[in-house]
Amino acid sequence: MSYVKLTREQIAQRIAQDIPEGSYVNLGIGMPTLVGNHLPKDREIFLHSENGILCMGPAPAPGEEDADLINAGKEPVTLLTGGAYFHHTDSFAMMRGGHLDIAVLGAFQVSVSGDLANWHSGGDAIPAVGGAMDLAVGARSVWVMMEHLTKNGESKIVERCAYPLTGIGVVKRIYTDLAVIDIAPRGLVASRLVPGLSFDELQRLSGVPLLPAAKAAA
Amino acid sequence: MVDKIVPAIEAALADVRDGATVLVGGFGGAGVPEELVDALIAQGARDLTIVNNNAGNGEVGIAALFKAGRIRKLICSYPRQVDSHHFQTAYRAGKVELEIVPQGTLSERLRAAGAGIGAFYTPTGYGTDLAKGKETRVIGGRGHVLEFPLHGDFALVKAERGDRWGNLVYRKSARNYGPTMASAARVTVAQVYETVELGELDPECIVTPGIFVTHVVKVPRKARRIPSGGVTQGISGRAAA
Repeated sequence: MSYVKLTREQIAQRIAQDIPEGSYVNLGIGMPTLVGNHLPKDREIFLHSENGILCMGPAPAPGEEDADLINAGKEPVTLLTGGAYFHHTDSFAMMRGGHLDIAVLGAFQVSVSGDLANWHSGGDAIPAVGGAMDLAVGARSVWVMMEHLTKNGESKIVERCAYPLTGIGVVKRIYTDLAVIDIAPRGLVASRLVPGLSFDELQRLSGVPLLPAAKAAA
Repeated sequence: MVDKIVPAIEAALADVRDGATVLVGGFGGAGVPEELVDALIAQGARDLTIVNNNAGNGEVGIAALFKAGRIRKLICSYPRQVDSHHFQTAYRAGKVELEIVPQGTLSERLRAAGAGIGAFYTPTGYGTDLAKGKETRVIGGRGHVLEFPLHGDFALVKAERGDRWGNLVYRKSARNYGPTMASAARVTVAQVYETVELGELDPECIVTPGIFVTHVVKVPRKARRIPSGGVTQGISGRAAA
């Protein structure tokens, strides 16, 4: 049977649906920012930005941009009613101090034990870490949003990360374009496979041992 | 009468010496004290250690300091932006030393300096390349890294309004590093768009009390720039800037 991979927007939609009302959430730069476009309108969810914003709103209308109101990716944003500004040290206290419920982060690789590699592609690239390591250790749940495979078809879920680590044993769940993988004490539990994708095929592509959700629950 | 408002920006920076450590506020383009940095370029101090979240954008601010060849070392968290080419050129040519610090650790090292803390343990970076060579300790079953305070000789910050005692309020996300850096330097210079009479700032809402501020400089308000968006989008590996 053939299957179709989820688009980035579809992965973002899945993640947004899984965020409970009342959550304090940080969306990492890049792919995870798409999640903000799909948050259910009937839920109050507080988006945090590392540069000192809670209740961050969407991009302003053209012409309404304010150079003093930007997100972590340095793009113009808005503040929702009830939102707050604060300084950097308070912002990172929120992150490192375990006050954020969920951080959604991109990744180069995630290991079977939840190690995260997302800050440095190695080689002679200029290193730049930003707030990645603080989010990785600080948020109560770290969810990764990434494509399941590299452009060359290699699994990004690996036994051991080859890229420099951002945090050790920090990832709880991975949303990919093929499935959702929970990093549970008994192993990697795969659920919500895209229609037409069999567990055996997902296992073949992944290269690390997976458990089907039903069996894991048994 | 105490009056920290100095009429000339040059006077506020006259004592910056070669080799000084200068904390510069701002995150991306928001909160960068551009006029103070321009004045620092004109002042002429060399071999500076600059502490900032980024590595300068475009042609102004810290980017212009790099272009002028005044920076010996940069301590920052995220120097890899699309328009940080003056830093990148200097770095690739081996003309500038780079110390990468996780953003929250950078902020907390500044806080520790301002708060008189000798050092602190943080879980951030434990087990990563950025903790190599540092003391570590397992506390409550969790690995931590020992980090030391980051003191400045000078701090240059941008606020929205200030009074003659140095009390400051900021604007939106331009606040970022300002309050923490203001506490962490021997001399703190704040540039503001408005100076107000004592008592006009609501005491309940003053963000940086004047005790942390040495000089206040009023600069003319510029037409608001539209932010350019400094980070390339759509790279899945990007976690946070």
